[in-house]
Amino acid sequence: MIEKAIQGGKSYYSWLALLVGIMLIGAYYWVRQFTEGLGITGLSRDVTWGFYIAQFTFLVGVAASAVMVVLPYYLHNFKAFGKITILGEFLAIGAVLMCMSFIFVDMGQPFRILNVFLHPSPHSMMFWDTVVLFGYLLLNILISSVSMQAEKKGVAPPKWIKPFIILSIPWAFSIHTVTAMLYSGLAARPFWMTAVLGPRFLASAFAAGPALLILLAMLLRRLSKFDAGDRAINQLAMIITYALGINLFFVAMELFTAFYSGIPEHISHFKYLFVGLEGNNFLVGWMWVSMLLGVSAFVLLVNPKTRKNYKVLAFACVAVFVSLWIEKGLGLVITGFIPSPLGEVVSYVPTLPEVMIGLAIWALGAFVVTVLYKMTLNLRERWG
Amino acid sequence: MSVDRRKFLKLAGVVSLGAAAKPVSTLLASEDPIHVKKMEEGAAATAPTVSPGPPQGEASSFREPLTAKRWAMVIDTRKLDEATIERCIDACHTRHNVPEFEIKKDEIKWIWEEDFHHAFHEQDIPVYTEHIRHKSTLLLCNHCDEPPCTNVCPTEATFKREEDGLVMMDWHRCIGCRYCVVACPYGSRSFNWRDPRPHIEEIQGDFPTRMRGVVEKCTFCEERLARGIAPACVEASGGAIAFGDLEDPHSSVRHLLEEHFTIRRKPNLGTQPQVYYIV
Repeated sequence: MIEKAIQGGKSYYSWLALLVGIMLIGAYYWVRQFTEGLGITGLSRDVTWGFYIAQFTFLVGVAASAVMVVLPYYLHNFKAFGKITILGEFLAIGAVLMCMSFIFVDMGQPFRILNVFLHPSPHSMMFWDTVVLFGYLLLNILISSVSMQAEKKGVAPPKWIKPFIILSIPWAFSIHTVTAMLYSGLAARPFWMTAVLGPRFLASAFAAGPALLILLAMLLRRLSKFDAGDRAINQLAMIITYALGINLFFVAMELFTAFYSGIPEHISHFKYLFVGLEGNNFLVGWMWVSMLLGVSAFVLLVNPKTRKNYKVLAFACVAVFVSLWIEKGLGLVITGFIPSPLGEVVSYVPTLPEVMIGLAIWALGAFVVTVLYKMTLNLRERWG
Repeated sequence: MSVDRRKFLKLAGVVSLGAAAKPVSTLLASEDPIHVKKMEEGAAATAPTVSPGPPQGEASSFREPLTAKRWAMVIDTRKLDEATIERCIDACHTRHNVPEFEIKKDEIKWIWEEDFHHAFHEQDIPVYTEHIRHKSTLLLCNHCDEPPCTNVCPTEATFKREEDGLVMMDWHRCIGCRYCVVACPYGSRSFNWRDPRPHIEEIQGDFPTRMRGVVEKCTFCEERLARGIAPACVEASGGAIAFGDLEDPHSSVRHLLEEHFTIRRKPNLGTQPQVYYIV
């Protein structure tokens, strides 16, 4: 079936070549990082996790969001999602691969990573996160390949795959819940130690993931004969609206709890995030852009007139994705470390090698998703 | 293979080293004379800070390991002057091949100087007591009874030795995920951002150096206890730091805790730190 992925035009190959180029640049920096150590990143004794782990956290959400098409289709028999379910599953595969790559490049001793399985430690949330992510990847590979095989033969997928599909639904929730538990169970980091972190992760994921899916569906409409259908897009837009609204509500609740209780170590992190602390304001501009984009996207989405205008919808989807990427892919992880447990305001800015390695992993994800989508399109065009 | 090493590490603290008398005696013979001398200079009066006293048997040319049910440390901050602090840090970092980096970002430290204001961050020392805020103390791993760092480790590379409560590190198993650094509420753990070896002034042959990509921290001088000697900082502190068995009612640390009001860092987190401060 993979041969379907190598039948493409010039623009398809140029796009892939561009992605490979970015990956090669990243590979160069990774080799440098591997030989010189993680010292070439902006990370330090105080800010020990940064850009890589933040990207990982955001992308777990994108991966989990596939459930937002799988669940209505399989549990509620919402037929309009029939065509894009496979797109959601392929997006999940790309996103999980990116997550794993980000974990890999963050390790000090990456080639010892199998120690996690050699010495399983059920008391560590990182152990569970590894288990659920691997499981989710395998589930999605199994489900998507079986349904593609069936589609190729022009028959209905075999019955035995159904239990796996049903299993993938709670599994999707689990990957992001466990990722939140990685953070929310740490007494050392008051910024993350909030029961709403897990729910908030899910809400933001179910906004950002489907927003990306709508944008991809719109892109496919332009580039190919594949049409996800207005009904599917409208329904996804509705899901984004609710999820985004819930996420904004959770953020407001966090701000209330921190500021009304007045406990300094809870307030200080939010201050760092939104106004800066002791002149350290790396994230301030980013966070306000994130808030502005998030709120304006919500206004545009909640109004049916603007939501159903696809030009506005496309803008809103970009706004949602960028807003939540800043919130989780920058703000959440870094701010947990500033100020430090000793009350010191330390600084962290990702370095060029760090950003290039990160970009390369995003390119890897884009490459995987492109190839898998191309395969699907070629298969479907043959069947008309 | 690694299981064997692990068992060995665990046993090292309790097993008598009798069988290895010869090599141990040579090790002791080459014991760093500078530090012993320093200790004698400053600490004559308060020398027996370690409770299970040094060996009595004159026939044995090696010392019995120091053992305890629960090692603990009491730091008398009133006795910590600038020179003592420096001596303690130097003793520890020299003995343990702790590198010194010029850039703060790459820094590695097992024991370090911090002012009260940061060390006891949550105590909210009033701003008008500038001299107290900026009074210095020593910080190190608290060897918590309920260590959050070992709890989060995905490979058991860091673990609590149940027989005496030490929080240990297996540098050969650590994958460098730094989750333990994130989970420690005391900032006691360091990561090797770069190869540490070129940054060690003089490598001590009897203690391992580390490689880039692994986490390290204070070990309460587990390797010295096994050889029957007090931790390096205790020895260098001139009586400012006491070390002993918390479970032994006659130990020096127990006496100090009974006689003085002591504080611990962030006791509200339930980690049960085992470094106590007399203020």
